[in-house]
Amino acid sequence: MNCAASAWQRFTHHRPALFGGALVLGLLLACLLSLRWSPEAMRRQKLAEARQPPCWRYPLGTDDLGRSLLWRMLYGGAVSLSLGLLSATVALVIGTSYGAVAGYVGGRCDEVMMRLVDILYALPYLLLVMLFTVSIGAWLENWRPIGRETARVVVLTLAIGGVSWLTLARVVRGQVLSLREQPFIEAARALGLPTRLILWRHVLPNLVGPIIVFATLTVPQAILQESFLSFLGVGVQPPLATWGSLAADGVRMLNPVRFDWWLVVFPCGALALTLLALNFLGDGLREVFDVRPER
Amino acid sequence: MLRYALRRLAIFPLLLFLIYGTAVLLIMAAPGEGLESGERELPIEVLAQKRHAYNYDQPWWQRYFWTWPKRLFWDGDLPAHQYEDWTVVEILRSALPVSLQLGLLALCFAVLLGLSGGILAVAFRGRWLAHVSVALCLIGVSLPTFVIGAVLLIVFGLWLGVFPIGGWGQPMQAVLPAVTLALPYAAYIARLTRAALLDTYAEDFIRAARAKGLSEVRLLLEHALPHALLPVLSYLGPAAAAIFTGSFVVEKVFSVPGMGTHVVESIHNRDQSLILATVMVYALLLAGFNLLVDLLYGVIDPRIRIGARAS
Repeated sequence: MNCAASAWQRFTHHRPALFGGALVLGLLLACLLSLRWSPEAMRRQKLAEARQPPCWRYPLGTDDLGRSLLWRMLYGGAVSLSLGLLSATVALVIGTSYGAVAGYVGGRCDEVMMRLVDILYALPYLLLVMLFTVSIGAWLENWRPIGRETARVVVLTLAIGGVSWLTLARVVRGQVLSLREQPFIEAARALGLPTRLILWRHVLPNLVGPIIVFATLTVPQAILQESFLSFLGVGVQPPLATWGSLAADGVRMLNPVRFDWWLVVFPCGALALTLLALNFLGDGLREVFDVRPER
Repeated sequence: MLRYALRRLAIFPLLLFLIYGTAVLLIMAAPGEGLESGERELPIEVLAQKRHAYNYDQPWWQRYFWTWPKRLFWDGDLPAHQYEDWTVVEILRSALPVSLQLGLLALCFAVLLGLSGGILAVAFRGRWLAHVSVALCLIGVSLPTFVIGAVLLIVFGLWLGVFPIGGWGQPMQAVLPAVTLALPYAAYIARLTRAALLDTYAEDFIRAARAKGLSEVRLLLEHALPHALLPVLSYLGPAAAAIFTGSFVVEKVFSVPGMGTHVVESIHNRDQSLILATVMVYALLLAGFNLLVDLLYGVIDPRIRIGARAS
């Protein structure tokens, strides 16, 4: 049996991972397919029907402006998930190239690059991300081709992705260090292949496993980070929504007098379910790809 | 070891300077000076007066790299932009201790809860207590802290009335915020501990100790646990970074008068002096903490003295 098929078999035998993957895929599809209608539907206000509990017309209830929570959650899910996926991609590109170069070049260069990563681990990230979002956001918002709202999402994606590549850089470097000593890399070097090609054609394909695992575990982190920023008022801007910002709005509206539970429970439920599913998926993939050399 | 420590100390100022430079760059990228208050246009004379008070009449490099640091650290009279009667030092002095206390308390909680959770999960592996501990860990990492905080607030503050629902100053008021802040990190530490303990159990020396007839409790606590502490220790640096800055969110939920509101407000209003001061305070704090953890790491595990590895 070849490698890919056995990996696939191990994956399908891992129940939680399979379940998590299916759930995430389903949510993603629902959110993306409903994008045909959700951008308008999520903005439709009916002040007379504000703060309705779940009923037949509004399956998940309405918010304080009488907007349907179901539509807002479908739209918010699309934004949340794509923000998570895109910032994981940003982190992936930076982390992989950084780690691969450090590991392959080695020596003093490796030493310096890894010390830098050690140092970066201890930065006040939330602070820097907020600063970055507001500064660059203010600048990007005046740029015509993309609107104000999209600009904020783009900046958030870049900022969150730009701070979450450190762990991947460490993992990739470790893998490359051990790969570098293997005969097939040595053979490639002996054949006179340029470093760039060795990295791209021979080292990178062997890193696919850890990279995929890391990516699945970064997506939930990015979604969580965004929800913190939304809660502090630095995340996506009001007409737009994410699961994080919906949950934050719901929590902000909680008080002892009015208990609009649906505004908290549904966004948080979606958030928690997605994060759980992604974490399960990541753990499962880790087991699938964690193949020790033949025993 | 000593050489390694000295080298780390030597790059410390350089690191701080780099962070400061980045913050200045980001601040300068944002439009406006944070002096235009409200909708009303200020008279020219007032604006000129203000610009002078905040040293905006100087070139930027002189302002950011000489006058402001000097006024902040030496004279202590650098004013904040939004609260004009307050100097930055006064604001930091009133709010920072609160945030630091909350953060430290949460860090302690995270380590205690995490270690005991991990140990329980291993000691009772295969039984329901272990499953409960694993399930709690999963919940801990997949709900945002503000939601956990709100739920704890409603359950323990409103329904049961065990803890006060907000504020700061009495020990009881610190419990809920600190626990909320600690939970996600406790969950992660529990996972780390569990994995490390299970790895250690596969080693020969554990089998030897068991063969000698050591009780399971002593085996776990005296032989396996010290090994499992290393990954936890190396996680403390990043965890501290996340906890100290994560406290902004928790402070908002429990209305704790810490740095949270100041940070968010200052960034929103482009309150340049306060932003720079906060970024620097936190950078100093976290970089210092990380240095400490790295040095401790070298002391505890003689195998990975980093100086030895490099040579």
